[in-house]
Amino acid sequence: METTPLLRVEGVGKAYYSNVVLKNITFSLEEGRILGVVGENGAGKSTLMNILFGMSVIEKTGGYTGSIFVNGEEVHFRRPKDALNAGIGMVHQEFSLIPGFTVTENILLNRESLNYTVAEEVFGSCLRTLNRPAMTTRAESAIKKLNVDLDGETLIAELPVGHKQFTEIAREIANSSTKILVLDEPTAVLTESEADILLASMRRLADAGIAIIFISHRLNEVLTICDDIVVLRDGEVVLNTPTAQTSVRGMAAAMVGRKVESIAPENNEDTRLIGETLLEVDHLWVDMPGETVRNVNLAIRQGEIFGIGGLAGQGKLGIANGIMGLAPAGGTVRFDGKPLALNQPSAPLAAGISAVSEDRRGVGLLLEESIAWNIIFSAMQNQGKFLKPLAGGLVRVRDEAAICACAQRYIADLEIKCVNELQIVQELSGGNQQKVCLAKAFETNPRLLFVAEPTRGIDVGAKKVVLDTLQRYNREFGMTIVMVSSELEELRSICDRIAITDRGRIAGILPASEPSENFGILMMGTAHEGAQTA
Amino acid sequence: MNAIKNFIEEAGWPRILIAAFLVLLFVAAPFVNVRLDASLSDTLVRFGMNGVMVLAMVPMIQSGCGLNFGLPLGIIAGLLGAVTSVELGVQGFAGVCTAMGIALPIAIIFGWGYGLLLNKVKGDEMMIATYVGFSSVAIMCIMWLVLPYSSPNMVWGYAGQGLRTTISVEEFWQNAIGGIGSFNIGEFFYFPTGMFVFFFLCCGLMALFMRTRTGTAMTTVGSNPEYARASGVNIDHMRTLSVIISTVLGALGIIIYQQSFGFIQLYMGPFYMAFPAVAAILIGGASVKKASIVNVIVGTILFQGILTMTPSVINSMIQTDMSEVIRIIVSNGMILYALTRVTKVK
Amino acid sequence: MNKSDGISQFFIRNAVPLVFLVVSAVAIPISQFSPSYLIQELLIRLSRNAFLVLSLLIPIMAGMGLNFGMVLGAMAGQIGLIFVCDWNIVGVQGLLLAAIISTPLAILFGFLCGIVLNKAQGREMVTSYILGFFMNGVYQLVVLYGFGSLVPIVSAKLLLSRGYGIRNVTNLDGMRRSLDELIPLNIAGIEIPVATFLLIGIFCLFVLWFRKTKLGQDMRATGQDMVVARSAGIRVMRTRIISIVISTVLACYGQIVFLQNVGTMNTYNSHEQAGVFAIAALLVGGATVSRASILNVFTGIILFHLVFIVSPMAGKYLLGDAQIGEYFRVFISYGIIALALVLHAWRRMNDKERARAQFRGAEGGAA
Repeated sequence: METTPLLRVEGVGKAYYSNVVLKNITFSLEEGRILGVVGENGAGKSTLMNILFGMSVIEKTGGYTGSIFVNGEEVHFRRPKDALNAGIGMVHQEFSLIPGFTVTENILLNRESLNYTVAEEVFGSCLRTLNRPAMTTRAESAIKKLNVDLDGETLIAELPVGHKQFTEIAREIANSSTKILVLDEPTAVLTESEADILLASMRRLADAGIAIIFISHRLNEVLTICDDIVVLRDGEVVLNTPTAQTSVRGMAAAMVGRKVESIAPENNEDTRLIGETLLEVDHLWVDMPGETVRNVNLAIRQGEIFGIGGLAGQGKLGIANGIMGLAPAGGTVRFDGKPLALNQPSAPLAAGISAVSEDRRGVGLLLEESIAWNIIFSAMQNQGKFLKPLAGGLVRVRDEAAICACAQRYIADLEIKCVNELQIVQELSGGNQQKVCLAKAFETNPRLLFVAEPTRGIDVGAKKVVLDTLQRYNREFGMTIVMVSSELEELRSICDRIAITDRGRIAGILPASEPSENFGILMMGTAHEGAQTA
Repeated sequence: MNAIKNFIEEAGWPRILIAAFLVLLFVAAPFVNVRLDASLSDTLVRFGMNGVMVLAMVPMIQSGCGLNFGLPLGIIAGLLGAVTSVELGVQGFAGVCTAMGIALPIAIIFGWGYGLLLNKVKGDEMMIATYVGFSSVAIMCIMWLVLPYSSPNMVWGYAGQGLRTTISVEEFWQNAIGGIGSFNIGEFFYFPTGMFVFFFLCCGLMALFMRTRTGTAMTTVGSNPEYARASGVNIDHMRTLSVIISTVLGALGIIIYQQSFGFIQLYMGPFYMAFPAVAAILIGGASVKKASIVNVIVGTILFQGILTMTPSVINSMIQTDMSEVIRIIVSNGMILYALTRVTKVK
Repeated sequence: MNKSDGISQFFIRNAVPLVFLVVSAVAIPISQFSPSYLIQELLIRLSRNAFLVLSLLIPIMAGMGLNFGMVLGAMAGQIGLIFVCDWNIVGVQGLLLAAIISTPLAILFGFLCGIVLNKAQGREMVTSYILGFFMNGVYQLVVLYGFGSLVPIVSAKLLLSRGYGIRNVTNLDGMRRSLDELIPLNIAGIEIPVATFLLIGIFCLFVLWFRKTKLGQDMRATGQDMVVARSAGIRVMRTRIISIVISTVLACYGQIVFLQNVGTMNTYNSHEQAGVFAIAALLVGGATVSRASILNVFTGIILFHLVFIVSPMAGKYLLGDAQIGEYFRVFISYGIIALALVLHAWRRMNDKERARAQFRGAEGGAA
């Protein structure tokens, strides 16, 4: 008989209302071992971690099914504090550090060593003073465990990114009760040498008896460091194996899988004419926070549907936002042979390029205005549509009748479910909001349309309408479409060619008919690394 | 029942309380020997005097610059116009037109600079606007002493230089606009037709502007600046334009105010003038992010109504003048309500 | 970062105090005041204002900006003083009693203010500012109509002739300079209010000590990043309220100290001026909306009041009109706040852009 595992997850499932995101997840983790959890964006990793860490979003949306055991005892965390008390420490992707505090202060944030003062007799323990020497000692011992070169007195704001990551980890280690450490993509922000140091530290921690859950997209790292590997796809465990029994290719295949067999490309009825190069991108860099583009070269042809895929944070969204002038960018972009001014949102619009933003509620819509206004605004501003002269052409004002007529046309055409065209967009469902975004872009009659994450957060029915509509506009009006999406199968279902981004560059461009495994390898950055070592 | 609930939700308790209070004042008026027709007439006159300054709030709220606590800047432009017109000695309607004509370019220049400044401090507009208003009033105090005006109607008699704190426009252009087509009903009711025509003309132009391409873009910038930017609108231009319009309306507004009031108030006079205008539009139902012409009209009537009625009615009731205190509590309470509410909605 | 960049950064960071230094260096000789007069005046103003200005430090630490709501504390202090005057208790005992009476009131005001400001996150300053106006109305309602009618006031000297409501000017003769002269000291004809400075000294020590406490640490954390502080388990909202309560209570004591020095109280104006002048002085000392130290407090008071004292006379000798100097004083009080707010907001935007630009620079090298 084996010993009781430190953590055991048994049959855990989670649904956000009718949307099932996790099904029957089972795995276990033993003391001193490192478990790698891999999966595409949206495979259910973050939901699983939210459950493990007792985030309030889980309770608020009806809890989860199945059971979790720590040290053989069943636990049910309702608050992060419960998880902390049970010995689970988590390092999130976003830094949770106070910039003006020193490393020591951050490591011991809200767990400071305190001295007795007289004042606390009256006002309570909050008036104890900080015991700096004791804090320094505690912080140093935590840093020592990691075996990194980190000065406790430096301000966080002055640290390089990698050291911030170490500070976060040190904070969890400093909590002596931490038995299980969850690291959510800790190497994503690190340079190669820093990542090596981190991996070495992880090994040390594991040798000291701490169990680690390591989430990463870098399959090579997972292979190097982990003892066991769990691969998630569509909320299910598709692979649970000791590291020795798998390979990069095996993991990639498991991750990407083949989700929807039925919507394989149906190019049989394709009678389109794919023309000359319409958009030429040369050495493009874009400074979009979290989606940095470093050096992208692309040529998109007239009349095709071009897909851009890749994992989150690898720059696929930055390409569209950079060309549209919404994020600081550099390099050369030529549209229809003419150079396109960057950093100037009106330039691409004037040239006949429109975009549907991935940030629907932040950029794509005027939530507090009507459907009609949302649809026509861009066309009105850039093309002077929907204006009628008044007082003998002295001024031109909104032509409300034409606006309503236009909105009604799109409502019927795209099956937007609403009361009427004057309804406030905020009240619509995500799918219908997305259709409004599409209508806005279509109304400008673009020659080239960027569509970013068009199906994110919308239901299946709307998804189909959106994809069908894109295809229809491409077929009927010859509109060139560049679709950016995290969902590879969705890209494969309507695109002609697909580019995969990795670390702000194009890792490769393949025809959509290639097997998904090949895309998976491009995404995982293994091809890139291979190229580098070669 | 639900309809009532919705109505209260929409309008907000403070507004309903204020409206109810005003109705109560009008109902109580006859019982304490306050003449209704005279009160009504006073309310209307004050409505005409203050309406344009309240309207000045609209463009900046719509473009997302928040409440224009920097209105004194526009008022200063108006004062410069008014003083210069008196210096030139132009009388009657022509005098007011001269005042406005001179104030206009000054207001445009002030508004342009002020707009550029506010573009540099996005997110902190309101606090900075307040202090920009205050400091510009203070610096103008020095200018009033130094500027080379010499009309004996305006400068201190003993020193022969430096403008007086209040300057009468009675001999120049008092009621030059308000008097046009004005009429009396009975002994106490006076209706300043000209002022109303002017106010509604301004409202009409504003409504028209808001429906043009530029006006639409301005509203959109306030509603969601990112959306506007993605649609190719230059956010900073729109904001600057809104500030200029607001400043110009502030300048015109104070001239209308003066021609009815009969005096130009210099020095610390404009110091707190932004607050009644801000309070009025909020009482009318505007928020920190959205305002309409209806808000302006309703708010000005309610707020000026209370300002007119409280001294007369409450004084007759309890023999004390509480109007000042009530004004402070109502106007600042309303602003406070709007400021604390907006984050909740988000 | 090269050396010239460092120097220009120093000038940018300290632009406000430097400008004041230059203005006073020019204006002092013109004003023709004797050094001993200036020193005496400065000492008086330091003892008067230091407490009020110090009360602003703690909310800045908690990230709530300049607490324009400190006038609430000043109101509480004034109410305490009115009662003590009415009961005719004189000297230091009177001050002490006033402080005791007004403390619960100040705590209540501070608590209310804290709750309101928590509802207006991101716009604390303008909200606390308007709250000051609003409470001013309430204060007037109570003091002008409630005192003498609902709240019993015995002394007819305090009341308006109509029988209720406190007069516009309340005489504090009984307590006038009682704290300042508690420990008399006179060096070369200059009177030094030793007891007041002792109190200020104790209070500075309190602020220094407070920064070292757990609560102080929580406040700093909250001030720098509310989200992180909350996720670390710090009760952010409560911490913010406490910071405002402390500030309000201290402003209340500050106002009592201020008024005992002045000797008369403008019942309906004193508190309003307290806010503007304290904030302006702090900013002149080089503090910003997010960073302020005790050093800023004292440099600020000295520089601000130096310019304040000399500007009317300098204006008179320079331009032949003292009035211009008066208005110049008004202008600098408001102008300095406007300037500091603009610089702060502008610098914040610039820093953000510079951070991105640096990041991009590193990236460009990699690409």
